[in-house]
Amino acid sequence: MTERLDGPQAPGGDIPAAGATSGPIETRSAPAPAARVDSSTPHRLGPSPRMAALFLLPAVLLLAAWVVYPIIYSIFRSLYDSVGDRFVGLGNYGSIFTDSATLTTIRNNVIWVVVAPLIVTVLGLIFAVLTERIRWATAFKLILFMPMAVSLLAAGVIFRLVYEQDPDKGVANAVITVVHDTFSSSAGYPGARPRENDQAPAAVQNGAVVTKQQVQDGQPVLIPLVGLPPDVVKDAAPAKAAPAGGVSGTVWLDVVRGGGGTLNQIDPQERGLAGITVEAVSGGVVKGTTETTADGSFHFTGLPAGSYVVRLPQSNFQAPFNGITWLGPGLITPAIIGAYIWVWAGFAMVLIAAGLSAIPRDALEAARIDGATEWQVFRRITVPLLSPVLLVVFVTMVINVLKVFDLVFIIAPGSVQPQANVIALEMWRVSFGGGGNQGMGSALAIFLLVLVLPFMIFNIRRFRRDER
Amino acid sequence: MTTLTEPRAAQPVERGLLGRVADRLGGGAVQVVLVLVAVFWLVPTLGLLVVSLRGEAQNNASGWWTLFTKPAEITFQNYSSLLAAGFSSSFWNTVLITVPATVLVIGIAAMAAYAFAWIEFPGRDAVFLVVIALLVVPVQIALIPIAKLYGFFGIFGSIAGVVLFHVAFGLPFAIFLLRNFFVGIPRELLEAARMDGAQEWRIFATVVFPLAKPAIASLGIFQFLWVWNDLLVALVFADTENQPMTKALQSQMRQFGTNVDILAPGAFLSLIIPLVLFFGFQRYFVQGLLAGSVK
Repeated sequence: MTERLDGPQAPGGDIPAAGATSGPIETRSAPAPAARVDSSTPHRLGPSPRMAALFLLPAVLLLAAWVVYPIIYSIFRSLYDSVGDRFVGLGNYGSIFTDSATLTTIRNNVIWVVVAPLIVTVLGLIFAVLTERIRWATAFKLILFMPMAVSLLAAGVIFRLVYEQDPDKGVANAVITVVHDTFSSSAGYPGARPRENDQAPAAVQNGAVVTKQQVQDGQPVLIPLVGLPPDVVKDAAPAKAAPAGGVSGTVWLDVVRGGGGTLNQIDPQERGLAGITVEAVSGGVVKGTTETTADGSFHFTGLPAGSYVVRLPQSNFQAPFNGITWLGPGLITPAIIGAYIWVWAGFAMVLIAAGLSAIPRDALEAARIDGATEWQVFRRITVPLLSPVLLVVFVTMVINVLKVFDLVFIIAPGSVQPQANVIALEMWRVSFGGGGNQGMGSALAIFLLVLVLPFMIFNIRRFRRDER
Repeated sequence: MTTLTEPRAAQPVERGLLGRVADRLGGGAVQVVLVLVAVFWLVPTLGLLVVSLRGEAQNNASGWWTLFTKPAEITFQNYSSLLAAGFSSSFWNTVLITVPATVLVIGIAAMAAYAFAWIEFPGRDAVFLVVIALLVVPVQIALIPIAKLYGFFGIFGSIAGVVLFHVAFGLPFAIFLLRNFFVGIPRELLEAARMDGAQEWRIFATVVFPLAKPAIASLGIFQFLWVWNDLLVALVFADTENQPMTKALQSQMRQFGTNVDILAPGAFLSLIIPLVLFFGFQRYFVQGLLAGSVK
C-alpha cells in the first residue's frame, strides 16, 4: 500500500466522485492523478493484457464500426459525385466554397461561433457571480438550468410560440409592443382622413392633415375626420369643443352611428380622437407640439403670438406598431441564437459557479480589506482565477455551436431556412432531406469534422497536462 | 460534492458603514435583476404549458397570458386528442430506444473504463487518447455510412439500429467519465480482492461497479437525456412506425400555425420525463457535467 489518493476522502469510505468534487478545473477530468497506475512498477498481482482485450472488446467493436469506419468511408465518399459512380476529386469541397447557398451556411456558422459562445460564457459568469449574493441561489440555478433537460425540439416549439408575429400570440412581441406604445405617442388611427371637399376645414398634405386657414388666437379650430370604422372609437369619450384662448381645437370623428348629424360640427354622439399628436406650424417650422385629450380637444401652451396652421403629422395615421418580425429572413439567426442562449446559459453558470466556489475566499477578502472595489476584485482576481473554467465553457460552447442543428431546423420556418441554414443542417438536408447528394453530404460532414479538429487536439492536450 | 443545493458561503467580514449601505443597495438591485432573469427563463416554458391547455379557438383569439384572467378556459382536450391520434406509440418508441441505449452504454463503457483504469496492457494510454479524440466527433460523419451499413444488414429504420447508433456515439463520453472515476478508487481495495484470488470479472462486478454508483448515475442521466431528446439520429434511422416523439412532432412542424394544438401538448409531454429526472437527480446531473464538459 504505497500509493494513496490525494483526492478528498469523504467519511464512511465513500469514494469521491470523479471530477465532481469542488476542486479547481484542472482536477476535473482527472481528479486523482496520483492514483494513475504507474506502468513502471514491477510486476504485481494483476490480470493479463488478454483480460483487457476482453473488457475492451464490445466498446472497441462499436467505436470502430460506428465512429471510426464512417470517418474513413466519408473521406472517400466525399470524393465522389452524388450517386457515388464518378470520381470528382475535391469537387464537392470546391462547391462548398462557391455555391451561394452553402456560403450562406458558412457565414451563419461564423456568426454563431463568434456570437453565441461569448454571450453564453459572459452571461454564465455574470449569473454565477451574482447568485453568490442572493439567498435563493438554488432556485435560481434550477430555473436557469432547467432548459438543459428539455429537448431542443421542445425548446424550438417553445420559441416558435415566443416569436409569433402577432402581439396577441407571441409573448416577445406582446412585451415589445407594450413597451413601444408606452414610449411612443402614436395613437395609430390608420385610415383616418379629412373629407375631400371645399367645406372641410383641413386637407391632406404629404400624408399629414393640415388646416386650410391660419388659426386665429382664441378661435378654437375644428378638425373633423372620417374614414374610421365607428367601432374603433365606440369606447372613446364624446367630442368636446376646446375652451377658447390661445391656439386650441378639437380632433374628432365626424360621423354619427346610423347617420345624421351636422357636417363639420361637433354633434353630441360624435367621439373625440384621443392621443393624436398636434403641431403648430408657422412659416414651415414647428413651433409647438401637443396631444389631444380623451375628448379630442387640444390646447397649446406657451406658444408665442403669431399665426399658425395646425398640423396632424403622418405618424398619427400609420398602422400601429405590430412587433418585430423575428422569424423573417433578417432576424432569424439572432432569434435562434436567443433560444440557444436560453438553453445553455444555465450550463455555463453552473460550471462557472463550481469554479467560483473553489476560489480561495481569503484572496477576495484580502483585496476587499485593502480597499479594492467589487469591480476591481471581479476584474483583477475573480476573472483571472476563473480563466481555466471560462476557457472550458467557451470551448465546449464553440464545439456545440459548430454542430447546431435542431434549433435551426425547428425554429426557422421552411421559407426562411435558406437564410438561417447552418452546416450541420445543410449536411442533413443535402443527403437525406430531399437533396439526395451523398457526395456533397459526406464532404460537408468531413468539413464539420475538420472544424472540430482543433478542439479535439485541445481536449487531448488538456487531458495529458491534467494526467501529469 | 458540489451540487446545486450546496449552501453558499456567506460574505461576512467587517466593512465600513458606507460599504454596507452600498451592499444593501447593490443587493437590492441584484435581487431585482435576478428575479427578472428568472422570469425571463420561466416564461417561455410556461407559455408552452398554457398554450397546450387552451383550445385552438382560444389560442387563435388571444395570447396565452390571458388565461390567468379566465382560468375556466383550461381544457385537456388537446392532450386527449393527441393520444387519440396515436401519439402514445411514439412515446413508447422513445422509451424503447432510450432505456436500452442507456443500459448498454453503462455496461459496455464500464467494462472498457475498468480496463483503462485498472488493467495494464501495452498501448493503453494511446488507445485512451483515441477515445478522448472521439469525444468531439460530430454524429453527422456517420449518418451516410451507417445508413448504408444498416441497409446492407436490413436493420435500417428499426429501433435496434437507432439504439446501436446512440450506444456507439455515447461511448467516448461514457468511457471518459467512468475511467476518470475508476482511477480514483483506492488501489488497496482492488489489490486486496486480487490477493484473495478473485477473478477480474468478480472484482469488476462486486467491488468497482457498486462503488461507482454516483458516476454511473451521472452517466445514466446524461445518456438518458441525450437519447430521449435526440432528433437527428431518429430522423435519419427510424422509420415512421418506430419513430420516437421528437421525430413524430417534427413531422408536424411544417404547418406550425395550424398544428399548435398538437405540437404544444406533444412537446410538453416529451419534456415531462426529462424534467422529473432532472429535478430528481440534479445532483448527479451537475456532477456529470463537471466531470466531462467536452462533448
